[in-house]
Formats: sequence, C-alpha cells, structure tokens
Amino acid sequence: MKNIKFILSTLLIILLTTVKSFSLIEVDITRGNLNPLPVAVSPLSIDVKSKKSFENLLKKKDIGEEISLIVENNLRTSGLFNPLNKDAFLQAPDIANLKPRFEDWNLIKAQALITGKVTNIEDKLRVEFRLWDVLAGKEMMALAFTTVPTNWRRVGHIISDKVYERLTGEKGYFDTRIIYVAEEGPKTNRIKKLAIMDQDGENNKFLTLGNELVLTPRFNPTSQMVTYLSYFRNLPRVYLLDIETGMQEVVGDFPGMTFAPRFSPDGKKIIMSFAKDGNSDIYTMDLENRIVEKITNHPSIDTSPSYSPDGKFICFNSDRSGYQQIYVMNSDGTNVKRISFGNGIYGTPVWSPRGDLIAFTKLHKGQFYIGVMRTDGTGERLLTENFYQEAPSWSPNGRVLIFYRETKTDDKGEGFSAKLWSIDLTGYNERLVKTPTDGSDPSWSSLLSD
Amino acid sequence: MNRSIILSSVFHLFIIILTAMSLPFLSKKAVDLPPIVSVELIQITEKTNIPFAPKAKKIIEKVKEKEKKLVSEQAPPKKVKKKKPDAVPMPEDNIKKVEKVKDDTQNPEKVDNEIKQVSEFEKEELFDPNNIAALIDKSKEETALEVNKTDQVTQDQTKNFDNTGLTLSEEDALKAQIFGCWSIPLGLPYNENLLVRIKLELKPDGSVSKSEILDHARMNRPGQGFYKVLAESALRAVKLCQPLRVPTTGYERWKELQLNFDAREMLEG
Repeated sequence: MKNIKFILSTLLIILLTTVKSFSLIEVDITRGNLNPLPVAVSPLSIDVKSKKSFENLLKKKDIGEEISLIVENNLRTSGLFNPLNKDAFLQAPDIANLKPRFEDWNLIKAQALITGKVTNIEDKLRVEFRLWDVLAGKEMMALAFTTVPTNWRRVGHIISDKVYERLTGEKGYFDTRIIYVAEEGPKTNRIKKLAIMDQDGENNKFLTLGNELVLTPRFNPTSQMVTYLSYFRNLPRVYLLDIETGMQEVVGDFPGMTFAPRFSPDGKKIIMSFAKDGNSDIYTMDLENRIVEKITNHPSIDTSPSYSPDGKFICFNSDRSGYQQIYVMNSDGTNVKRISFGNGIYGTPVWSPRGDLIAFTKLHKGQFYIGVMRTDGTGERLLTENFYQEAPSWSPNGRVLIFYRETKTDDKGEGFSAKLWSIDLTGYNERLVKTPTDGSDPSWSSLLSD
Repeated sequence: MNRSIILSSVFHLFIIILTAMSLPFLSKKAVDLPPIVSVELIQITEKTNIPFAPKAKKIIEKVKEKEKKLVSEQAPPKKVKKKKPDAVPMPEDNIKKVEKVKDDTQNPEKVDNEIKQVSEFEKEELFDPNNIAALIDKSKEETALEVNKTDQVTQDQTKNFDNTGLTLSEEDALKAQIFGCWSIPLGLPYNENLLVRIKLELKPDGSVSKSEILDHARMNRPGQGFYKVLAESALRAVKLCQPLRVPTTGYERWKELQLNFDAREMLEG
C-alpha cells in the first residue's frame, strides 16, 4: 500500500511539473517613441491679496502665471516635453492644485500635470508645486520654496529642473547662466564685452566696458567663478572673475599666443596653451601657488585642452599628424592617443560633464560642423552644419551644446552677424539663443542651486 | 494479482492524462488549423521587424545581376552592344544626383545618412564577382548570426512556436502598439541594467485589470532613481495603450502577460 502511495505521489509531482510548463507569456519591449511627453502646466494659483502685493512689488500682473510660463518655456525648449495649450484645460488652477480630476487631464492627452500655489508670507515669495502622474492618478513630487520676491524667475527655473529630473532621470540645466562675449559694431572694428545671462536669455548683464579685447570666458565647474583671456597693452593676460562679488584678479601674463584657459574639474587649476620659444604646448597653472607645469612637449602646435570630469584625462587638438586632429592623454601628459580619424580638420574638443562624449568643431570641404564622438573616437555624429560655427560648450547635464554661428558678409561688406545657438544630442532640437547684441564664445555654468 | 491490475491501470491512466496535458493538439480545440498558420507566416515576413537576413538578400540580388552581366559578356560582340550597357551607369548617376541634393541640405541627420552611403559604396567596391560562391556562403553565416542575435535579444522567441505563447504576428501587433505608447525617458544611462518587468492580468477585451512591477522593491531603494523613472514610464505606456491589442481568441493563453521593458538599445542610439 505504501508503494502505491509513493508511486501515486511521484506521478502527481510529474503531472504538476508538466502542467507548470504552460508558463507565463513574456513579451520584450525594446523600443519606444522619442516624441516629447505631453505635459500640462497649470498656472500657479494665487490669492487676491498676494496677487496685489506682488503686482506692486514686481510690476507683474499675475506672478503665478508668469512662473508657470517660465516652466512651460523651459520644458518646451528642452525638446523632451510638449506643454499643452492652456485653453484646453478644464480644471481651475486652485482646484487642480488641491486634487486634480485626472479624467479631465487624461481627456486632453496630458501624461503629467504641474500645479502650484503662490503666497506672500511676510513679504517673501512662497511657491509650492506638485507634479502629478495623470495616467497613474498619483502625485509624483511636491516641493515648496520661500525666497525674496525678486528671485521669482529662478524659482521657475528650479521647478523646471525638478520636473525634468523626475521625469527623465537626469538632472536639469535650467537654473544656470551663460557667459559669452557680446559683440557690437562692424566686423573690422568689433567692440567685445564680457556678458552674462540666464540660460533662457533673460537678465543680461555686461561685465566689462569693451575697452579691451576679451576672449574665451570659461566657467569654473564648481563655483560661479570665470576665467577669461584679455589683451592688455597687446599682451595676453589671463583673468579670474568672481561673478557673485565682481572681484577680478590677474592670474598671469603669458608670452606669445595664449589660448583658451579652462578650469580643471576641481577648479583648482587652469589648463591652457601658450607659445614658448615659438612652440605652442599645453600647460597647467595651480591657482594656489601659481606654479606652471608643462604637460605636452612636442614640436607641433597643441591647443584647446579640456579635462575629463574625473580629472584623469585631457583631450586637446594637435597637428602632430600633419593636420589638426583630436588627441586624448593622461592628465600628466603621458599616453597620448589620436582619437579622430575622419575626413577634415577637428578642433575645440570639450569633454562632456557626463564623461561619455567629446564635442568638437569639424571643418570639412569648407563647411563647419558641430559634432560629438565617444572618448575613444568611435561613434562620431555630426549634429549641425553651417558656413561658420565653433566653440561648443556643454550644459551641466551633458545633453545640450551651446555654440556660436557667424553669417557671411555680402558684397558690400554688410550682413555679418554672430549669434549663439543651442542643439541637443539628438541633433533635431536646434534653437537660437536670445541675446541683446551679437555673441560668441559661450560657456555654460553649473547648476546654481546645486 | 489485483494489486498489479490496479497499479497497471493507474499507470496507464496517468500516461493518458500526461499525454492529454502535454500534447496541445489534444488539449486545445482544433482552432489553429494549419492553413491559418501558413497565412500568418507570410504576414510575418512582410510585417515583422525581425531582420530577414537583408544583407544576404542584397548579396543574392547582386549576384543575380552579375550573373546576367556575365551571360551577356559571353554573348557575341554585336549582342554585347545591344545589351544596353547604359543601364549599368544609370544607378551611379542617380546616386550622384541624390548626393548633390543632400550636400545642399543642412539637416544633420541627412549628413549621417550621407556618411553611411559613402561606407556602402566602399563595400560595393570590395565586392569581387569572381568570388560569388564564397559570398553566398558568408551570407548564410550572416543569416545564422542574425538569428542568433535576435534570439539573444528576445528571450521569448522560441516560445512563439509553442502553442502556449503568442504567434509572431500576434506578438508583433502587441509590440507595435506598446512601442507607440512608451515615451522613453531619454536621460537614463544606457550602460546600466535597467530592465523593468511588469506582470499584467488582462480582461478578455485587452484592458488591464491588474499590473504589477516584479522588482517593485528596487524602486524605493536608494540610488535606484533611474529604475523608478523607467518603471513609471513603462506603467504609463501600459495604461496609455489599453485595451491592449491581444488576439481575439485563446483568452486562457494570454490572460496573464509579462512585459519586459528594456530601453538600452534606444538609449545607446
């Protein structure tokens, strides 16, 4: 009898195993769409009393709506979001902020919803906002900021950054500034001033008077400090400028042709190229003890150095192979490797803050290209082509490049202009950056709120 | 004696049950008949995204063209003149025209295409008509490689031929629908293991009655922000897509589905 039980139980196990073989169907989803995500940015609600007080203070009729417009504009320019038309919104902003009626927002095809509220608390601006997942019907994020009312634009940028990060998985780049060379006058007699503005082109300020030629301003990746090159009595001089305090300091006078000083990732060194004894090489200068160290030692012209974000490598351009190409070496100058092998001339390499790509300018058959390649030189992609464009600079999240583009002069010598442009890594989202004058040599700051 | 009979009967009964459960044509009603299967296979070759050895196809076409040329070259000289040699340079002329058009544009995507085309020309130059057999052999190897690659990517490929899974066309229809609904978060790193597995319980009309992220605990772990963003986007895609494009028959087969969302291929570009 025991044997029968044993056999029966064994058979039962085998039977169950066989039945188990009818397993769950699995489907692999390896592709999706890259269309901008439809998002509804509801105007931030504001009570009547706060509205009036901010109207007197900031000369803005509805500060809640103004802040939501900044968020909307930022998300749209990123190319990753599609802010929906406010005319289609069915729910009032104040009620939406308390509890959105998701069916209404679903009806207009919104996948994410931003709501919020502005209040005046003891003459300070308090802004709270909520991000909702419309399809899941749940809150994804809720934050509140209190600041001086004049900071209202920055609040809009910070909200944009938080939304961007929550929905894309990477940090935003909206609460940032851009330093550039503002240019005015005819091509033969350009007045060049150092200028700074928010990344959306607002709050433009000139930092120098235009008496001296200024070139290649570059942000310190860790603080609001800038290094740039200026000619004093026809001698190149490298300056440090603190944006917050306006304090300016001369780092040093350098011989011959000096080019493109740039900070190391920790902000403690400056790397640049200058010509000594008729040969241009790459040097670093320690900003604490002002000791200058020679990094490359080659009879060719080595210029445009840029550190990798971990500080272990440097990319630069050199004509040691006969014509200008991009090279990568260890930060002490050893193990130099050429990484660009395509047709044409390569220049101004800049290492991405994410560390995975190097942006460059390429000249081929009379056309200029801005492109990116991996740090080993593979995967070269040309993002944009034009008559003349150069000097790409990365946004702090490594997704967008800003550069400048010049137009041709006509037969009468007129029509010349230099404008700032931005393009994202997809190559599709190319935009003119608004500046009050012509501009060149832009450099993107790190996030101000980090 | 009785014991032996009982044992024998139980064993035989077991074998019959086992056969009935294991062999689907016995367990299932005779719905999926062979003629329907053959029609589906034709649709698969037309619609599926799984590569159908395109390189091999191209090479075979080229070989056919070359064979035609070889035959015409063997013909008498007069016939050679009549064989319309103009037809050979024609495509090159066309390509040159296309190239010129592309030079005028400033679209960066088109620049990429231009570069790709240049490399294809180089490949054409490397083509040796005297080594046709070797090329055909290579094409076979490449086909085999393609199949292996797709096997690696879609783990469930082999299951499609079981009666327990979806057919390729059914799976393609479902995939195509979800591809359209899934907005991939572009900021995610492509070099991390970001595979989101979602188990769905479906109603007969394809709407989702329950969705569950299988690695749910990972979403709330520190440092797994990327995973959370991806999982949420996948859930949004499922909700946006419902009712899912599931087969009209065989509800028992697909009432439970597992979707594996993997964006690495897209993010890597």
